[in-house]
Amino acid sequence: MASRSVLRGAGGIVPWLVPIAVLAIWELAARGGFVEARLLPAPSQVAMAFWDTLRSGALLHHVAISSNRAFLGLLLGGGLGFLLGVINGTSRHAELLLDSALQMFRNVPHLAVIPMVILWFGIDEMAKVFLVAIGTLFPIYLNTFHGIRTVDRGLIEMARVNGLGPFAIFWRVVLPGALPSVLVGLRYALGIMWLTLIVAETIAASSGIGYMTMNAREFLHTDVVVLGIIIYALLGKAADVATKLIEHRVLAWHPAYHAAGNAA
Amino acid sequence: MSPIVRKIEQAGAVAADGVVDGEDADAAGQKLLGVPLELDNLHVAFGARKVLQGLTLDIPARQFVAVVGRSGVGKSTLMRLIVGLDRPNDGRVLIDGNEVTSLQKSVRLLFQDARLLPWQTVLSNVGIARMPGWKETALTALRDVGLEDRQNDWPAVLSGGQRQRVALARVLVGHPAVLLLDEPFGALDALTRSEMHALLERLWLRHRFTTLLITHDVAEAVALADRVVVIRDGRVTYDVDVDLPRPRRRIDPLTVALQSKILDQV
Repeated sequence: MASRSVLRGAGGIVPWLVPIAVLAIWELAARGGFVEARLLPAPSQVAMAFWDTLRSGALLHHVAISSNRAFLGLLLGGGLGFLLGVINGTSRHAELLLDSALQMFRNVPHLAVIPMVILWFGIDEMAKVFLVAIGTLFPIYLNTFHGIRTVDRGLIEMARVNGLGPFAIFWRVVLPGALPSVLVGLRYALGIMWLTLIVAETIAASSGIGYMTMNAREFLHTDVVVLGIIIYALLGKAADVATKLIEHRVLAWHPAYHAAGNAA
Repeated sequence: MSPIVRKIEQAGAVAADGVVDGEDADAAGQKLLGVPLELDNLHVAFGARKVLQGLTLDIPARQFVAVVGRSGVGKSTLMRLIVGLDRPNDGRVLIDGNEVTSLQKSVRLLFQDARLLPWQTVLSNVGIARMPGWKETALTALRDVGLEDRQNDWPAVLSGGQRQRVALARVLVGHPAVLLLDEPFGALDALTRSEMHALLERLWLRHRFTTLLITHDVAEAVALADRVVVIRDGRVTYDVDVDLPRPRRRIDPLTVALQSKILDQV
């Protein structure tokens, strides 16, 4: 018992040991001159850059713009993907009409259309939002479609026998049954969302974290470049944590979440 | 009397406390649920494979009939015809004199797997049809199957027998005139199975729905039914009344004799 509780207490620290050690070695290497500060600044320098950009308001400004683009794109692309997944998942006719066209479109790497997007939208906000929307549409579409198609037929039959109409069956049987799969699609889409945004902002933008980083590279402000990378990592992680929380909430019924639910 | 109990009685069920046997319930003027069920010359074929070939069976109101047959003999197909999920190629199903042409509200089906919605609590599963006042009705039904203390649990944490009891409660909420049981206890262990038999017998004696139990377990058929019917080659080939006092014991010589007689016919 005692050793178990010690382990649990230590469990909070253990995952952090390696990152802390890496940071310490990195700092020492930079200070000792083993690594040139222009190529890789010390963690303390990056922290200073963080403080400076935070105080000037530039950091929040760029983060807000980037997040805005990311979530607007996700809302449009993910929403459309979900809608198409529901329509094609519930209707064989719609699937026949739309699915093969969607599959063709899906197989175009969405970053390959950047030149076209710049031609159409310039380096305007729409360009970034559009790219994120295309990137997030397909993972959500595919997973919603698959989730709806794999709902247990027996449950639908049971619901019919118990007198549920088509609408009630959709809301109470089909949609909840598809939800685990939809959420997998969402997590996958979040990864693509940030990736797309980084590329888009690096290539053509006049604001956002990608712009901030590229701008800093021009002036050899490597510390700001590293800061930008870290900010991207944190935003990605935050989005992932948010989906996990949503999963725990809406999938509380799922055996996979029971143990965690009890411990909390 | 609480308003809840009154509501249930109006709906045709009996108050939750105590076991009432069939005769007493009749004498007390309780509305019993069962109606006559008539299967008239049913034919069903899937492509070239003929499943039912002129199956005819008359079941009086409130009778408990067990249908025994080898697997693949069309027992489940028969259930689907009666509840209205499928239509026969020829012949008719009559419930209380009315031909079945669509899904029947008066028929409820207990599947072999409990088919509970994993994302709804036990209580919400029982009240799946969401009729007005479903929470009270569902809770009463859960009490009838002895699971009211599990009302807020997820189905995933229940045992197989408990899940089947929740499914049974869900059936009770529908106040079926005809109850179809499609090998409902086949997947349970022997001890749980005999508990379920006792529970089903108790509920049937109280509500007296016309009951059709599909099983390949002859002992189960003889233990529970008023009448055992054997299906072979798509029609009824053997039909025997089980005139033994309830509750029946499996080791009773009369029971055993009847079991072996039926087994010869399967």
